[in-house]
Amino acid sequence: MIRVEHVVARYGEVLALDDVSLSIRPGLVTGLVGMNGSGKSTLFKTLMGLVKPERGRVLRGPGSIGYVPQSEHVDWAFPVSVRDVVMMGRYGSLGLTRRPRAADHRAVADALARVELTDHAERQIGQLSGGQRKRTFVARGIAQDARILLLDEPFAGVDKRSEATIVRLLRELAADGRTVLVSTHDLHALPRLADDVVLLLRRVLFHGPVDEALRPENLARAFGLDVFEGVA
Amino acid sequence: MRVIIEPLQYDFMVRALVTTVIAAVVCALLSCWLVLVGWSLMGDAVSHAVLPGVVIAYVVGAPFAVGALVFGFLAVALIGAIRNTSRVKEDAAIGIVFTSLFALGLVLISVTPSQTDLNHIIFGNILGVSGTDLAQICVLAAGAFAVLVLKRRDFTLYAFDPTHALVIGLRPRLLGGLLLAILALTAVVALQVVGVILVVAMLIIPGATAYLLTDRFGRMLLIAPTLAATTSVLGIYLSYWLDAASGGLVVVVQGALFTAVYLLSPRHGLLGRARRRQLVNA
Ligand SMILES: Nc1ncnc2c1ncn2[C@@H]1O[C@H](COP(=O)(O)OP(=O)(O)OP(=O)(O)O)[C@@H](O)[C@H]1O
Ligand SMILES: [Mg+2]
Repeated sequence: MIRVEHVVARYGEVLALDDVSLSIRPGLVTGLVGMNGSGKSTLFKTLMGLVKPERGRVLRGPGSIGYVPQSEHVDWAFPVSVRDVVMMGRYGSLGLTRRPRAADHRAVADALARVELTDHAERQIGQLSGGQRKRTFVARGIAQDARILLLDEPFAGVDKRSEATIVRLLRELAADGRTVLVSTHDLHALPRLADDVVLLLRRVLFHGPVDEALRPENLARAFGLDVFEGVA
Repeated sequence: MRVIIEPLQYDFMVRALVTTVIAAVVCALLSCWLVLVGWSLMGDAVSHAVLPGVVIAYVVGAPFAVGALVFGFLAVALIGAIRNTSRVKEDAAIGIVFTSLFALGLVLISVTPSQTDLNHIIFGNILGVSGTDLAQICVLAAGAFAVLVLKRRDFTLYAFDPTHALVIGLRPRLLGGLLLAILALTAVVALQVVGVILVVAMLIIPGATAYLLTDRFGRMLLIAPTLAATTSVLGIYLSYWLDAASGGLVVVVQGALFTAVYLLSPRHGLLGRARRRQLVNA
């Protein structure tokens, strides 16, 4: 569960979030949709405590956050294997030197199996396809037993088949009772992916079921009127 | 055989070898993270900026390490302040801060009586390392080594994904600060060997060389110190037989090894890459 109350966030002069209030329910996949610069990543950062809101507050249920970063923000040449990255999900519950115990190795193996990366566990992360890369970070969230999963643009650079695998995975994770929030540009995949949708443009324009969110009048407000007049 | 045995008859040569290997191993370990966090410039800056701290510590009779820590952190704080509160970008801020502090150190040296000792800090004086110097170096190096090894997984996570570190309850700012403190201490260890100017070489080259040889961070942590220890022994012996600058030769040998690896590494060297391209095209 996540509750955001009247959050205002800015970077210097730039107002990124303007009085955002939201309540995101566990057990569902919620899509976060908005154009470039609409504040999606900033909302994630506020949820994680990376950006301190100027006003308002963020409340969360118990349990940790699992974060799947935007691809551009990951150093794919970093000398770690898929298994190493997934193990990092366990660090929060490990001792001073973070030496993994048998239970941690098991949790990592289970997480890898769940995202179907067991056979790729020893690969360096740069030697994976786009979809496999995303699944590595989802596995880290599973190994962490995160109750909240935040995914920033997980479908950028991912082919249709991998996308379907990730969507199925996210739906299973939500069905476990987790809170899953996914930012995306891909409106076509939205009905399969999300139960609820938040349309964001510095403020929350709409929050409700996916079929309503996709109505032209709502999308037009989120993406700017001209675009959709042109299409219609 | 004579080539190896003869220098060992001299105490100063034995001390030089031991000191250099110790400094090289700690620097090499640290360099693995510096290269991956992208802190090579920061390493350069901190290792130069500690100079006034070391001089002041010398004057008031405090341990060098204390002065180095104070000025190491001062340098980082100033760089951060300039970057965040003006339109000057980070690389320029680094350039301004470390050269100014280094210059301040030079000025302090010039007005401090008994200049000879202090000039050694700039160019290193490995053949003149005393027993007390060696003891101090051992303590600092052991401390830095222990923290790096015990917290290696945290530092790696910090280098790879500080955001994840934050959300699972580690404290990335604290880890970054710890890494900087170790950087300042390690600079003190290394500057007595190769001097302030060349410290940065020992803080970058071994990690960068190891990075070209493996895709496993754990192996980097073994390869880098091993290479650094080997090259420093080689450098010291060369300096004995060629009667040339020892600190300089240690770094020259490290640079030569990097060049060889850069060209020949099967994984990430030029040759390896070219061969893979051929295979793909064939
Ligand atoms: N570090 C920063 N410094 C200054 N301004 C920023 C910073 N990060 C984001 N912004 C600005 O804040 C606004 C919101 O950015 P944000 O990254 O949250 O958008 P987004 O919805 O994630 O966009 P995208 O779809 O391109 O990822 C934009 O106007 C952006 O230019
Ligand atoms: Mg974004």
